[in-house]
Amino acid sequence: MIAIIKYNAGNVQSVQYALQRIGATAVVTDDFDIIRKADKVIFPGVGHAQSAMQYLREKGLDQLLLSLQQPVLGICLGLQLMCKHSEEGNTDCLGIFDTDVKLFSSAELKVPQIGWNNIYSYKSVLFNGLSEQAFMYTVHSYYAALCNETVAMTDYIVPFSAALQKDNFYAVQFHPEKSGTAGETILKNFIQIP
Amino acid sequence: MLTKRIIPCLDIRDGRTVKGVNFENIRDAGDPVELALLYSQQGADELVFLDITATVEKRKTLVELVKRIAANINIPFTVGGGISTVEDVAILLQHGADKVSVNTAAFKNPELIADLSNRFGSQCVVLAIDTKKEADGEWYVYLNGGRTKTDTKTIDWARQAVALGAGEILLTSMNNDGTKAGFAVDITLLLSTALPVPVIASGGAGTMEHFKEIFLEGSADAALAASIFHYKEIGIPELKQYLSAQDISIRL
Repeated sequence: MIAIIKYNAGNVQSVQYALQRIGATAVVTDDFDIIRKADKVIFPGVGHAQSAMQYLREKGLDQLLLSLQQPVLGICLGLQLMCKHSEEGNTDCLGIFDTDVKLFSSAELKVPQIGWNNIYSYKSVLFNGLSEQAFMYTVHSYYAALCNETVAMTDYIVPFSAALQKDNFYAVQFHPEKSGTAGETILKNFIQIP
Repeated sequence: MLTKRIIPCLDIRDGRTVKGVNFENIRDAGDPVELALLYSQQGADELVFLDITATVEKRKTLVELVKRIAANINIPFTVGGGISTVEDVAILLQHGADKVSVNTAAFKNPELIADLSNRFGSQCVVLAIDTKKEADGEWYVYLNGGRTKTDTKTIDWARQAVALGAGEILLTSMNNDGTKAGFAVDITLLLSTALPVPVIASGGAGTMEHFKEIFLEGSADAALAASIFHYKEIGIPELKQYLSAQDISIRL
């Protein structure tokens, strides 16, 4: 069973639908017992880093997340919250990944980045069977800087972390749940992690 | 590299896809979920659903439709039509919509844009503008599905809306809509270069060259069309192959 963490960030329903489409069952929950016992945990999110972190702390979900031993997948804001610090609201985050989240800054390119961009330099089981330079749907104004835990890259204004991985923690900046069959491949790979 | 987006638009009335010319002479174009599935499989980058008869009693039909779409398609979609409150948006997003588009209600109450962007993030707030070029050569904002003229210039409203938190502009030229004579390049270019957010050009697509033109000359970030896709006049795969061959960044 997969637990999708319910908190004050949007778009959790889309992740549940995407898992249903690939034949997996998931519950959207903030119940600590259910999350602890789940085979896999997904930490999705579209929202603001500061208000999301504040909510996680109030509910104790931050400590719960850090204590999880099963595979955990952060998506979008979920990835950013798993880093050390975010420039969005000058927020201290969970610190799972050894990198910081910065605001895109460009005179020429539009912010947020909205649309399909290609990812490359895969170094994780998440990308098994995925063609090189696969396109993923992405919507974000902030990005995680490259670091030793970067397991896929993408370019917009600067090269940055499309995906991060450390121990049982996985995270992607793009939205696999909205990225067509390529995104479904990534979700399937995550589900199959032992 | 971030790609230009091809966005089929499904105008919805009473749960069916419909299409008119210059906002009139509406005819039936099929089941929206079937069409949505087909388009996503063919490589559409995103979908837009506009409920053109969004009366209060029809809202429930729309929510049911949004649920069906979200459950069945694996690409992002925007829902619009008659959205006037934060609650309307909360319900649509809860049921799986990725973004909402607001139009007349936002013009009448610009604070709606700020409220939506503060609560849900600007990335899910698309401002739809129906615009028409008048005899004085200026583009003006029209409301109520193109029925009501305003004295506000499109560029002024777009700037204000982006300052309030609109994350994207869906720009429909009424002069071009339904004509199949090409998109409105000048107003699209003006908005796209003046604004820090993506601009989706809409209205007038008739040939594959029109898409090339709006991307290269109009600097559009995305191009939206309806009837040419619904009536299979242009296939999405062939359109994307064509654009890619023209050195336009496209997801194939």
